[in-house]
Amino acid sequence: MSHGPAHGGAAMSPAPGALSPEAHVMVGNADMFVNWARKSSLWYLLFATACCGIELMQTGASRYDLDRFGAVFRASPRQSDLMIVAGTITHKMAERLKRLYEQMPEPKFVISMGSCANTGGPFYKDSYCVVKGVDLLIPVDVYVPGCPPRPEALIDGILKLQKIIEQKRNFAAKKA
Amino acid sequence: MEPQAIHDAVKAKFGDAIVELQAEGFRPPFVVVAPERIADVALYLRDDPAMLFDALMCLSGVDYKDRFAVAYHLYSMTHRHTVGLKVFLPRENPAVASVDAVWPAANFMEREAFDLFGIDFPGSKDLRRILLPEDWDGHPLRKDYKYPEFYHGIKV
Repeated sequence: MSHGPAHGGAAMSPAPGALSPEAHVMVGNADMFVNWARKSSLWYLLFATACCGIELMQTGASRYDLDRFGAVFRASPRQSDLMIVAGTITHKMAERLKRLYEQMPEPKFVISMGSCANTGGPFYKDSYCVVKGVDLLIPVDVYVPGCPPRPEALIDGILKLQKIIEQKRNFAAKKA
Repeated sequence: MEPQAIHDAVKAKFGDAIVELQAEGFRPPFVVVAPERIADVALYLRDDPAMLFDALMCLSGVDYKDRFAVAYHLYSMTHRHTVGLKVFLPRENPAVASVDAVWPAANFMEREAFDLFGIDFPGSKDLRRILLPEDWDGHPLRKDYKYPEFYHGIKV
């Protein structure tokens, strides 16, 4: 069989303007390609402050194996695409959380995992030290309910985030 | 040694500095000590061969609304006996001498009582807030604590 125009020789050259089936060309739109790359390598920041962190570890470990979705943990915010806020955020921690978020390169995404990060959870009433929802500090893309959520729930949240990323428009003209 | 016997022994040694023994409904029973003498009583309880309270299991602040208290839970690894000490402090400017020279473990627990109750421990090697941020206003476990509305622009 032919291996493309470069090796085919004059006798095998295809008609002008036509591509042979082996031409190794994929046509698609750039958004689709970029979004596919981004959603398939969601490296998440190790950020666990409470019992949700145990479920996060379990999700990343062999039984639930988050690597299947291209998500691996990074110990540095500068290499992370995704911040999974797993656990209670106190006012003392709030500034550290914001700083870590600001250190992450764009594009960045946030999953709020568990009741504490969503709303303050069991600390919503009568707590002077717990931030009542991490969305008071940083923008959140997906909220995962549960106290703590099971690994299946967190994986569902990551799949939801992948759906969100698929919809992104990266190259469209900016609206005036 | 039973708490009653421990109380009698420190009472014989320190006299008026020992106020009473709170036995009913307390576990362990508490020997109530005058705040001025707590460091001496602590040193005696640690070093006396019959006492040898080498472990400070817990040090906690208490708010009784009309006054504060600091409660010490002691345990002896040698004699396997236990007793509590308690000092009552006034509502205004509560302060009691630090015991971190007697039991180094006291430092963190005194910092906690200072952080959450505002009890001062003069003589401490390092008395700073331990749980809350350094610039936090007030002492949250006091009964009359008013919650701040915002902290650094974040709603509390």
